[in-house]
Amino acid sequence: MAGNLLVNIAWTHVTTRVRQTLVGMAGVAMGVGFTIMMAGLMEGSQIDFLRQLVDTMPHVTVQDERRAAPVQPADREYGAVQMSNVANVNNRPGIRYPESMMASLRSWLPGDVAPSVRTTAIIDHGGRVGITLIGIDPRLEVRVSKLASQMREGQVSDLQRAPNAVIIGVALADKLAIKTGDTVSLIGGQGTQVSATVVGMFRSGLKRVDEGQIYATLGTAQVMIGQSGIVNELRVRLNNPLIADVIAKRVEGQIGYKSVSWQEANSDLLSSFAVRDFIVLTVMGAMLLTSSFATYNIISTITNEKRQDIAIMKSLGMRETAVRSIFIMEAAIIGLVGMIAGWAIGYALCYGWSQITIYNTLTGTNVPISIYYSPRHYLIAGGISLLCCTGAAFFPARKATRVHPVEIIRGAS
Amino acid sequence: MNEIALQAVGLVRRIEGAVSHTLVNGIDLAVNKGEFVAITGPSGSGKSSLLYLLGLLDAPTDGEVIICGQPTSKLSEDDRAHVRLTKCGFVFQFHFLLPEFTSLENVLLPMRAEGKMSEKDMQARGLDLLGSLGLQDHAQKRPNQLSGGQRQRVAIARALSNRPEIIVADEPTGALDTSSTEQVFSILREIADQGRTVVVVTHDPALAARADRRLHIVDGKIAQTFEGQKLAPEPTVAAPTDL
Ligand SMILES: Nc1ncnc2c1ncn2[C@@H]1O[C@H](COP(=O)(O)OP(=O)(O)O)[C@@H](O)[C@H]1O
Ligand SMILES: [Mg+2]
Repeated sequence: MAGNLLVNIAWTHVTTRVRQTLVGMAGVAMGVGFTIMMAGLMEGSQIDFLRQLVDTMPHVTVQDERRAAPVQPADREYGAVQMSNVANVNNRPGIRYPESMMASLRSWLPGDVAPSVRTTAIIDHGGRVGITLIGIDPRLEVRVSKLASQMREGQVSDLQRAPNAVIIGVALADKLAIKTGDTVSLIGGQGTQVSATVVGMFRSGLKRVDEGQIYATLGTAQVMIGQSGIVNELRVRLNNPLIADVIAKRVEGQIGYKSVSWQEANSDLLSSFAVRDFIVLTVMGAMLLTSSFATYNIISTITNEKRQDIAIMKSLGMRETAVRSIFIMEAAIIGLVGMIAGWAIGYALCYGWSQITIYNTLTGTNVPISIYYSPRHYLIAGGISLLCCTGAAFFPARKATRVHPVEIIRGAS
Repeated sequence: MNEIALQAVGLVRRIEGAVSHTLVNGIDLAVNKGEFVAITGPSGSGKSSLLYLLGLLDAPTDGEVIICGQPTSKLSEDDRAHVRLTKCGFVFQFHFLLPEFTSLENVLLPMRAEGKMSEKDMQARGLDLLGSLGLQDHAQKRPNQLSGGQRQRVAIARALSNRPEIIVADEPTGALDTSSTEQVFSILREIADQGRTVVVVTHDPALAARADRRLHIVDGKIAQTFEGQKLAPEPTVAAPTDL
């Protein structure tokens, strides 16, 4: 059967019903356009957020603990004895030989590693706020974090200028009315109290970091924790943050310390993203499906109007599947044109959104809404809507072309 | 000895339902190549039903239709469609032309569906056919721009386009005025004279009188056969060449 003939008939049916066809195309175009817009907005905001997260957090954190609880001495003595409620003695063991461990990690790691001392403390400047204090080596820090680029006042290296220098987040500074150069007091867990000079301020964009995390030198942190020389964290930055999971496993396998990737540390967040993705995908699928309803309607109408034509084509000897394909092609034409128009609409909507800036109270700047442009969005939205259209046409087309031509011919004569 | 183009053996078509109805009730028939057969009979006697069976548009409940020596009862629906496309031409009381297409495009439809000829050859044959039926000036017109008689002639041209062995026509002049009726008669007679087999259902005694043989059907059976009624026709259109 000559395909041109079928295409020709399909084209004629579609082009002689301009208004109906345009409505169908508009339906598809809307569906595709809004889907692309939603996908761009959703993925844009997610990627934006993750980028900030990945920029601010170590990609892998090696901690001074093991995944399994340490074996208790009594366990070793009496293998068969069942014990419960034995207090797990916790004296912050620290990471042993951090220098040689870092050296061995550096030998294969696609990135870099730096030591730090993490502890909790209270900062006092008129009011008191609980914070996480991270002791860092200012020279090595630049290799593992974006802290240097997040500095709003002062520099990371300023930590070495004063005896007890700290760098605090802008949000914390606002909260406690701290200015660079002010002296604050830090109270450690053991009751240690140290007075420190604020030498700089940073803004990461993540509220919990900007409000609750401050930096000092390794020495200051060690004083706060009351264990001189201790390093209780190695922080790894990778060239490709996406492989952090794999690297964390390998690090942990090699050195035995618990190594947490940023994905693991944020697994609750990431799984809530997955749920959000699923919901949004469902909504988008429903949108595309609904957008093909108009096409269903049009093909139903055309097949109804064309009962005689269908009968005569079949009686002349055209196969049922060939006649049916005419109507499927009509839906495909509507779907294709609608899809291309939808791409344009989607692009325009995305562009429109990206022109809008929103005032971010935390960072205090006007940030454009982030849109993620991806050919994948266009292909998937277009593909699904084409499928929906041809699928929507299939049923009325099959119903109409199944009718025995004699029934129609008798009816018309 | 004449070659048989179309044969029916013990043909039965029954509609099963709450009330069963026998439309065709045991018909045996052999039509020679080039023969012009008219089928007459009262309304509701089963003439159309018989014609649909002979043209493979409908399948018999029992019996066999043999077209050019090929039994057809065991063919699949697609194979029957292909036999219709290549061996049978249909003309109905209603023209059934596709409304969005020109006369020429309608005539080209079966050729395009078969897809054996080049587009150029198809166009040439389509124009030839329309010309031979006096429609050379109407090739680019749509059905709604034509008169009833012209539409019916386009339908005949379409039926002829794949050079079928057999033409079946169901009251082709039922909706036409006298002069158009006369034209269509002459054309059908001419088609038969050129060697095609023509089976026509008609109420018109004048058309029946031009046939080589007339079958009178009552209650789905052949009640009477009239042979050798061939009268010298007086064509009112120029004798068509190569239909
Ligand atoms: N699908 C059907 N169901 C029941 N009766 C039918 C059906 N199709 C046709 N008939 C009846 O069968 C008879 C024969 O019909 P038809 O072959 O069209 O007769 P004719 O062409 O001689 O007028 C008519 O009485 C018609 O009403
Ligand atoms: Mg009839």
